[in-house]
Amino acid sequence: MAAAAALEAVAPTGALWGLVHDFVMGQQEGPADQVAADVKSGSYTVLQVVEALGSSLENPEPRTRARGIQLLSQVLLQCQSLLLEKEVVHLILFYENRLKDHHLVIPSVLQGLRALSLCVALPPGLAVSVLKAIFQEVHVQSLPQVDRHTVYSIITNFMQTREEELKGLGADFTFGFIQVMDGEKDPRNLLVAFRIVHDLISRDYSLGPFVEELFEVTSCYFPIDFTPPPNDPHGIQREDLILSLRAVLASTPRFAEFLLPLLIEKVDSEILSAKLDSLQTLNACCAVYGQKELKDFLPSLWASIRREVFQTASERVEADGLAALHSLTACLSRSVLRADAEDLLDSFLSNILQDCRHHLCEPDMKLVWPSAKLLQAAAGASARACDHITSNVLPLLLEQFRKHSQSNQRRTILEMILGFLKLHQKWSYEDKDERPLNGFKDQLCSLVFMALTDPNTQLQLVGIRTLAVLGAQPDLLSSGDLELAVGHLYRLSFLEEDSQSWVAALEASGALAALYPVAFSSHLVPKLAEELCRGELDLAKGDEPTKCSRHLRCLQALSAVSTHPSIVRETLPLLLQHLFQMNKGSMIAGTSEVIAICQSLQQVAEKCQRDPESCWYFHQTAIPCLLALAVQASMPEKEHSVLRRVLLEDEVLAAMVSVIGTATTHLSPDLAAQSVARIVPLFLDGDISFLPENSFPCRFQPFQDGSSGQRRLVALLMAFVCSLPRNVEIPQLNQLMRELVELSCCPSCPSSSTAAAKCFAGLLNKLPAGQQLDEFLQLAVDKVEAGLSPGPCRSQAFTLLLWVTKALVLRYHPLSSCLTHRLMGLLSDPELGPAAADGFSLLMSDCTDVLTRAGHAEVRIMFRQRFFTDNVPALVKGFHAASQDMKPNYLKGLSHVLNRLPKPVLLPELPTLLSLLLEALSCSDCVVQLSTLSCLQPLLLEAPQVMSLHVDTLVTKFLNLSSSPSMAVRIAALQCMHALTRLPTPVLLPYKPQVIRALAKPLDDKKRLVRKEAVSARGEWFLLGSPGS
Amino acid sequence: MVGGGGMGGGLLENANPLIYERSGERPVTAGEEDEQVPDSIDAREIFDLIRSINDPEHPLTLEELNVVEQVRVQVSDPESTVAVAFTPTIPHCSMATLIGLSIKVKLLRSLPQRFKMDVHITPGTHASEHAVNKQLADKERVAAALENTHLLEVVNQCLSARS
Repeated sequence: MAAAAALEAVAPTGALWGLVHDFVMGQQEGPADQVAADVKSGSYTVLQVVEALGSSLENPEPRTRARGIQLLSQVLLQCQSLLLEKEVVHLILFYENRLKDHHLVIPSVLQGLRALSLCVALPPGLAVSVLKAIFQEVHVQSLPQVDRHTVYSIITNFMQTREEELKGLGADFTFGFIQVMDGEKDPRNLLVAFRIVHDLISRDYSLGPFVEELFEVTSCYFPIDFTPPPNDPHGIQREDLILSLRAVLASTPRFAEFLLPLLIEKVDSEILSAKLDSLQTLNACCAVYGQKELKDFLPSLWASIRREVFQTASERVEADGLAALHSLTACLSRSVLRADAEDLLDSFLSNILQDCRHHLCEPDMKLVWPSAKLLQAAAGASARACDHITSNVLPLLLEQFRKHSQSNQRRTILEMILGFLKLHQKWSYEDKDERPLNGFKDQLCSLVFMALTDPNTQLQLVGIRTLAVLGAQPDLLSSGDLELAVGHLYRLSFLEEDSQSWVAALEASGALAALYPVAFSSHLVPKLAEELCRGELDLAKGDEPTKCSRHLRCLQALSAVSTHPSIVRETLPLLLQHLFQMNKGSMIAGTSEVIAICQSLQQVAEKCQRDPESCWYFHQTAIPCLLALAVQASMPEKEHSVLRRVLLEDEVLAAMVSVIGTATTHLSPDLAAQSVARIVPLFLDGDISFLPENSFPCRFQPFQDGSSGQRRLVALLMAFVCSLPRNVEIPQLNQLMRELVELSCCPSCPSSSTAAAKCFAGLLNKLPAGQQLDEFLQLAVDKVEAGLSPGPCRSQAFTLLLWVTKALVLRYHPLSSCLTHRLMGLLSDPELGPAAADGFSLLMSDCTDVLTRAGHAEVRIMFRQRFFTDNVPALVKGFHAASQDMKPNYLKGLSHVLNRLPKPVLLPELPTLLSLLLEALSCSDCVVQLSTLSCLQPLLLEAPQVMSLHVDTLVTKFLNLSSSPSMAVRIAALQCMHALTRLPTPVLLPYKPQVIRALAKPLDDKKRLVRKEAVSARGEWFLLGSPGS
Repeated sequence: MVGGGGMGGGLLENANPLIYERSGERPVTAGEEDEQVPDSIDAREIFDLIRSINDPEHPLTLEELNVVEQVRVQVSDPESTVAVAFTPTIPHCSMATLIGLSIKVKLLRSLPQRFKMDVHITPGTHASEHAVNKQLADKERVAAALENTHLLEVVNQCLSARS
């Protein structure tokens, strides 16, 4: 019995002995994992492994010892969680002892210690003892990279779990680590080492007398100069090292006395990257520094930053210099001072002012802007700095404005003032009297008004922006100032010659009206109302172009100031009344006037979207009016007024569609439900009860036998129902959908059938999956199939197919692929082929009226990518199979798909598609050429390596197309010639003489726009491989 | 043909020069978009070619330094002639020849071959106006200058788009 048990115990140990032997003597790697797995499964203990290793651990041959320890270390790495405290103590003793062994053994010993450093059962005191042993016995920097990395890992592991113990070592730990990392060169190890130093500092380990040593051992890598080798498998970027070193250097004020001189030296160097890194590091330091650290270095820091900003040609250096100055000032502003200490902020700012202010007095000279930017960077740092600088600079600039009389000089000065005013918006002042701008308010206002009346547009523009900023300061402008300001804005809104000031004035009016609705209601809206009446009279008399444009301006001004709910309640009735006035026939209304009113209404609606109450007000006021006018216009009448005809034009309907859509998308679901309960019955049952002025000569029945005019109004129904939130239930949906399908295939009027198809598609897209959706889909498919058979309504059926496909593609409906294939089949249809090709453009593009995200349609973000992956192979196959005269349709369809695809998705697909695109360049269809060129151009920029394989074909075809009869193709071809210069230079150089010769011809093109592209393309080709480029 | 000049990190000859406003992009007219209408090469088109040339010393364009102006460009498309006068910022500017050369090279690269071009200093604005003009008018000297790698490098820098 006992013997049997003994035998049982021996059997596995026997296997263990075999495995150990195979690993140590047989030099096989496999057994290590086997042993580890057996230990984990409990077949034998770590102790048994050590016993089995026994002799090899003491073997006189170092290679054998190393092999033995390696096996033990590998087992420990996998099984350290199973170790008992007792075992750990013995193992640590063993390993520490082995650190004194032959250098061949050391790597395995370190692996073992790394395993033990992960061990939870490590008793207190041992971490310190391990580290001491390593510091004492191992010369880390003479080890290979991997083993150095192991040492860093051991230290990191202990720092994570034994922080208190290590801190007990005091500064010895820091000193030990300094010796470990001193001389490290490998970027992988440096990343870990920097991390350790950062933790030493941030977790408050004792640095003792070794602050400078720790600084030296890290700062010797600054600035980082590292270029990863090509195909580097470790993926360490220069930026990684820069950031981790910066985190160390900028982690403590104790480095300041050593770091700041180094940074100043490197900013002053000639190397751009060193300047940038130093400025950015300085910026980071300011987060932890105080006045004490900066004190001695402020003059030098300021001198260096000033020089860089004044002299540099690099925008990045300028930006980083300004950012550093900003942080320095913020740091000085923030420091808490002892009572007897001098506040350095004041003297620092005085220095800046002294060096910069005289440049502000020379608004034509180069240094004026760098000086202003420096001052603004400092002023933006704190409220105190802002006060100090603006109280000095503003009086100076105000005086300079008066001294300089030329408009362009005044513009520069005012632009600087604007910069300083904007900074004030950052700080809020509790006390009204403390606001530093109050004292300058009158001067500033008079200066702004002077600018607003200046004939120079640029000065006017700055004046308008300044006015907006002044207005945004709480309680700064008096009601008198506001009245004057409104007067100026009114005048500028009607300026005729230059559109820039006018647009800016409208924007400023909108911004200020939201803040001061009363001023605008009482001083601006009445004037605009008067102007509108005058316009009505003028229009009635017959239109003069200038008055017409005044009239348009007035409409735009009305919508621009509708930024406050109380103003909307005045402007919306004015606009609607104006529209009714036109309908009364008192004016000769043209299409453009009605469209202008609709655009104004649309803009008002947009501004109302933010405020639910205004939104509902607009909706329930404007929509019934618009519908009433439209319904009235669609009634058969003996004498059609001019407006009646105008209202039913496609463009006007489109403008109304956009008003209705905008006024509907932001409605809350319950209000939307109220509205839908009136509007759907209007169209289905002719229920006109909610329309104002609803006495019509006959019934409104757009879906039954109504006139073509009535049918056209389905577009308005579409605008409404397709903009509703998805959870709003639509009454009589079944009937509505059937009517829409019916109308969509009715051959009488293309625009109403398209509107019906779009409306159907828009509703379909939002319906939840289920039986109802399937029924509607079946209905549509049947209708499409019936319509596509030879007959009068093929094109209507095609339109329905196209829109239904789009609705389904957007929501990833399973049926979409089937419909897309149907569509693809039509590419070889002699009659519908070209339309089908263009249909792909519609499928891939965003609509404005239906199926929009804003209108709550279900649009999956990746639908284009998905469409591409699902359908492009079939398109390519179809292209190859198609007859010669149908091929252009496939190319065109494909071009549309590729054009709309995000470029990153396209790039990997290029190799397979490129030959097709190159073939498309030879296609005689201008649209295909143009779209292929516009597809290839970004690819040249983004995937030059792939494209360079085809350089020969590309050069030849682009040059051919640069003499195409179509100007747009010539331009695109030359842009591609330009983009070709992004290919690797060696690939291009053989073509350089030929291309430069060939591009001489388009330099003499009869069209200027073509010449312009030729000039820039040829200029780039000249620079290729030439010095200085 | 050009002296060393103040290139490199040294002090600039004129560290705080007057700056002039840049004209905006030329607005595209309906005529320019019409395939049929030919657009003749005019002074603005020539000016647009040279206004964005970089000054060899400053991060500024010749237009911003007022070295070139549209009124100093004469062009006749039917006769295929162009004359450009440029104004150095200071009368002793050592960069004058280099600037002239850059303008000349830009025009050579951008205009149809049929054009005869004349680039010269605005009369009375430079100490050695005559000598510079003579060098710029001498085809062989211009060609020889462009064989010089260092000069070609500086000219190319002046003609490269700012990054």
